[in-house]
Amino acid sequence: MSDLLTVNGLSRRFSDGGLFRKRKVFHAVSDVSFTLKRGQILGVVGESGCGKSTLARLVLRLINPSAGQVQFDGVDMASLSRTDMRRLRQRMQLVFQDPYSAIDPRYSIRDALLEPYRVQGVKPKSTDDTVSSLLDMVGLNGSLAASYPHQLSGGQKQRVGIARALALNPSLVVLDEPTASLDVSVQAQIVSLLERLRQELGLTYLFISHDLGLVRYFCDQILVMYLGRIVEVLPSDAAPAHPYTRALLDSTFEPDPKRRRSITRLGGEIPSGYDLPPGCAFANRCPRVTDLCRRVLPTLTTQGSGHQAACHHPLAAVPEVVEQRSVA
Amino acid sequence: MIKHRALALLKAVSTFKGGISGAFLLLLVIGALFAPWLSPYPYDQQDLGIMNQAPSLTHLFGTDEFGRDVLSRMITGARTSLSVSVTAIGISVLLGLVLGATCGYFGGTFDRIVMTVIDLTWSFPEILIALMLVAIIGPGLEGVVIAIAIAYLAQFTRLTRTQIMSLKSETYVEATISLGAGHAHVLFSHLLPNALAPVLVAAMLATGDAIILEATLGFFGLGAQPPTPSWGAMMSSGTAQLFIAPWVILLPGLAVALTVVFLNLFGDAVIAALDVRAKFREA
Repeated sequence: MSDLLTVNGLSRRFSDGGLFRKRKVFHAVSDVSFTLKRGQILGVVGESGCGKSTLARLVLRLINPSAGQVQFDGVDMASLSRTDMRRLRQRMQLVFQDPYSAIDPRYSIRDALLEPYRVQGVKPKSTDDTVSSLLDMVGLNGSLAASYPHQLSGGQKQRVGIARALALNPSLVVLDEPTASLDVSVQAQIVSLLERLRQELGLTYLFISHDLGLVRYFCDQILVMYLGRIVEVLPSDAAPAHPYTRALLDSTFEPDPKRRRSITRLGGEIPSGYDLPPGCAFANRCPRVTDLCRRVLPTLTTQGSGHQAACHHPLAAVPEVVEQRSVA
Repeated sequence: MIKHRALALLKAVSTFKGGISGAFLLLLVIGALFAPWLSPYPYDQQDLGIMNQAPSLTHLFGTDEFGRDVLSRMITGARTSLSVSVTAIGISVLLGLVLGATCGYFGGTFDRIVMTVIDLTWSFPEILIALMLVAIIGPGLEGVVIAIAIAYLAQFTRLTRTQIMSLKSETYVEATISLGAGHAHVLFSHLLPNALAPVLVAAMLATGDAIILEATLGFFGLGAQPPTPSWGAMMSSGTAQLFIAPWVILLPGLAVALTVVFLNLFGDAVIAALDVRAKFREA
């Protein structure tokens, strides 16, 4: 399978301050590289503020990177003109975390669904058919077309958000925590809807979430981020090698009391993105920390097939039963 | 979208406050439009034999120091007062929308320069700016229109800019950009329609102030030139015989006061009716 998306050394720094304050630089995303194959689902996990959403916007070039490049289907996005970039947006779409504010409150659902065509200057053959088939595709009743966003529930709005993203037949869909602001039962519906659409339409997903359990269930490959850096890339069924991934996984809720494990709680604080430590960013919270970790930044090293971790003291690849969480 | 506006207006008028104030304003506009046919006498017909007469059946609002019919002059004066203030505020709102939207959307150096100038004018009372501008342009209605438009420009520019800036960070704007929309689409299909309601309401309230400002300039003799009547100019000439014929100054004053009060009430009713969500909650 060919690579749809190739990200190379992508970084983004934000600076603030100015005339009267010392200029401070915030490292949101640092040196991120990965490839995403056509038809695959790549999960990105990490705590709030680790740069997941910034990464999503960098990949879609909604914000410009400070360094590094993004290739979409072999084309370097930085080389595109404004007009070409706008045209390319048809092929990559974004689904938002907060469905409540992702649709203009003045737009009816019908107008919101037709907006992608309007923006791209594409005339659908029959607007009524287009709207009803889009609604049908995401499992919504066609009668909702005349409604306004505030008349819909969160789950319905997220379905509209997905329909809007799929209107222009994209190849890549970036899902920025699409289930984070929904009830658990609705989350499951949305996840199975996304799974069905991926199979029917042959989509490729970049799935951003803070729920490692969900990502393990849903994705082929997982990218774990900590403070703007990739700390581990692992196939979704592999045992984690990085202590941070281990801790994240331990924090997922296990409904079956017999299977609950003892949890090693993380102490310490996340370092500030304004003032990154010279060594491993996770060092001050890591149970396996040594002096080396505080001095030298670990690089991604191969742990197994399709498995890399940025850790000086990776957890041994002890064969363990990986619990398959069922979401449905 | 247009259907919504009409619906909102209907909703505004259907409340008690909106109905009363709307009816008064409608009457005023009709009066101003059909002034030559509605006024019982020509506004400039002098009759020195009936100077400063109290209101009576022949002259409902009495006569002024030249024996002119005060009612006729007030009806014609409404024309001046309304057209001047509405035109001035209209120009001001249009300019304010363009400037405010450009500043708020693009930011940068242009924004900083424009906002510095706007903030400078903000630090003077409107009447001072208007007086200064009329002094430069010279007295007359055109001068007053321009003066009022510029005096209120700061308000509309700031309001539009703030609206656009806060709307700009809404997720639906990012969503539209991620669909591949350009600046024009984002501005005209999302930002301005959402920013418009508060600006329109502010404009309605400012029209009330503009009527007072026009009257004030007229009172100083800087607005409409005799014999063209305006409410302010009528009050100005009425000061001389305040104790002999108080109706000459009081009745135009009352007209100004009532118009401003009803404009404010109507503005309130429109604010309530423009809230899209409230409308649906009741439906």
